[in-house]
Amino acid sequence: MVTAPEPVDSDISDIKVDNTGNFTFPERNKFDSGFGITDKTVDYIADVKGDPDWIREFRHKALKVFNEKPMPTHWATKDLENIKFDEFRYYLSDGQKPKRSWDDVPEDVKKTFDRLGIPEQERKFLAGVEAQYDSEAAYSNIKAAVEEQGVIFVNSTEGLHKYPEIFKKWFGKVIPTGDNKFSALNSAVFSGGSFIYVPPGVKVSHPLQAYFRINSEQFGQFERTLIIADEGSEVMYMEGCTAPKFETATLHSAVVELVAMKGAKIQYVTVQNWSSNVFNLVTKRGIAHEDAEVRWIDCNIGSRLTMKYPGVIMKGRRARGEVISIALANSGQHQDTGAKMVHAADDTTSNVISKSISIGQGRSTYRGLVHIPKHLKGCKNNTECDALLINANSHTDTYPAISVRGNQHSTQHEASVSQVSADQIFYLMQRGLTEAEAMSLSVNGFINDLVKEFPMEYSVELKRLIDLEMEGSVG
Amino acid sequence: MSLEIKALHAQIPGREILKGLNLTINPGEVHAIMGPNGSGKSTLSKVLCGHEDYEVTSGEVLLDGENILDMEVDARSRAGLFLAFQYPHEIPGVSNANFLRAALKARLPKGEDIDAVKFYKQLYARMDQLEMDRSFTSRSVNEGFSGGEKKRNEILQLMMLEPKYAILDETDSGLDIDALKIVSRGVNAMRSENRGFLVITHYQRLLNYIQPDIVHVLKDGRIVKTGGKELSLELEERGYDWVTDESLVAAA
Repeated sequence: MVTAPEPVDSDISDIKVDNTGNFTFPERNKFDSGFGITDKTVDYIADVKGDPDWIREFRHKALKVFNEKPMPTHWATKDLENIKFDEFRYYLSDGQKPKRSWDDVPEDVKKTFDRLGIPEQERKFLAGVEAQYDSEAAYSNIKAAVEEQGVIFVNSTEGLHKYPEIFKKWFGKVIPTGDNKFSALNSAVFSGGSFIYVPPGVKVSHPLQAYFRINSEQFGQFERTLIIADEGSEVMYMEGCTAPKFETATLHSAVVELVAMKGAKIQYVTVQNWSSNVFNLVTKRGIAHEDAEVRWIDCNIGSRLTMKYPGVIMKGRRARGEVISIALANSGQHQDTGAKMVHAADDTTSNVISKSISIGQGRSTYRGLVHIPKHLKGCKNNTECDALLINANSHTDTYPAISVRGNQHSTQHEASVSQVSADQIFYLMQRGLTEAEAMSLSVNGFINDLVKEFPMEYSVELKRLIDLEMEGSVG
Repeated sequence: MSLEIKALHAQIPGREILKGLNLTINPGEVHAIMGPNGSGKSTLSKVLCGHEDYEVTSGEVLLDGENILDMEVDARSRAGLFLAFQYPHEIPGVSNANFLRAALKARLPKGEDIDAVKFYKQLYARMDQLEMDRSFTSRSVNEGFSGGEKKRNEILQLMMLEPKYAILDETDSGLDIDALKIVSRGVNAMRSENRGFLVITHYQRLLNYIQPDIVHVLKDGRIVKTGGKELSLELEERGYDWVTDESLVAAA
């Protein structure tokens, strides 16, 4: 049995804001799994969430795998060793409505929202004024509209309880527990995230947004999302937003699995701006069956370390996979991102376009894997990775691994590294732009062709966000 | 009211390039500066605009009475100084229209934005004058432009930003005769009693189209001779060797 600890009340004046607009506030949590991760922690989470036995078992097995797997420091950054797993709490649930009002939110937080142009509703959530309240209404509308088409759009807990026959069939199948240490961690302690099922032939007209059912669980540290697009269906999912997210926890490890059945199309759009103390270690992968398409459109800003390589397994003939990503690393940040494209059928096509920006002492790494085995024919891959360095001490690395066997395929790979030149800035400043404005414009130009892939409201926010990042980056 | 350059000395590390340059440009005047390679013509334009490669060691530059040498590059621009670059930079991914909007917006009080309808109306009118295709509004700044298109684009920016003082740094280089005529027409359309021009060129040819009021010869970092338009013709014919530093001669 679980005894819920007493909620601790906190005052809005405890909200802390740093000069980049990141802010944190003390949380009150009804359920708290305590520090560290053991079988007891896993049982606690399973109890609180009322997991069916098979999930409880799944979690325990995953914990074992997590404990056995070494850190991937033989290829990844040594900074991973600085993660102290015993110092985290693995489950927190905000069981009550916050008492703070909009008037209580500090001025500088409001100002940051203003400058980013964050809609009113989101501001309230982001400021911790609301957790799941008013946004429920908007969510309900979307939900009602798509439910008529037979679309299931619920959180993962609800998904596994209410739709076990679909959930069980695909859960953990695209990304097995043992895929990597962090997918195992997620599998042991996951909570939150979305479960979406789109019936055959249904083309979902609205992009489904995680925005719309924002609650503390949604923004959990270990969210687990599963999207299944049945034959011939189409869906676009968007998560995150450009606002700096308040963070009390510093380890985030999500798992996102996509399944596109024959002829289906899934687009998954992410824009995330983490505060700079966060380890963001995410596993995202999709399976594309015959004639299906999976597209990852991904923008990563902030965090201490992000490791994320969205992947597509092209399992059926003529399947297509695409990763379009933008990464921005400022001083003290490392964006280690890329893509995995696994061709597993004839005539499959993959496309990877990655652009990274390193500011100050920021570091960005592109890590790509393209696998085309010998027995296949007619596979195509295009990989482009461009890096932009803002300052002389910025850092970028590229590790493309393209393994192509057989001679009936076509691949091309282009990589470039450029630096915003002093003469370019001089030219822009001679037209009256400040140095920061000149930098912003140059950076926005660099990613312009990719920004077009993002939905409109995101691309506007992205531009503003880059303006804000640049303000602090020049003397 | 004038752009006043007083005893200007400037250097790159280890080499002085401008050695006490004096020049006053009044609104309404077009000054031409001619001179042999390495005399300091392009350096002058960059020093006036505040390029970080050059260090001003002494002298003053007053823009309508205000010393601009302590001002940042962008502040000088907003104060009314414009440079049409000899080698305009490419800005990948930034459309010409957005670039111009950003430059115009930089001149407005914080928080204000330009009127988009008015902006495009003016932009299209200016582009028509320069015989630029409308597609240039959405193309990235100077990217993939021919030499002539780049120079036209510089003049388009001049026309949109309407500076008090405009420096044209070898705007004629790389232009064929038709482009030269179009560019000159644009510049002439901007001539006004409120605006001063400094036209830097190697060749007299440009000055057939943009008629200067005053012609200076720059040699070894100093203005060594000043005259009317006829001076440029003489230089064209005789070269620069015969020109001696009048101030030095006078001092001797």
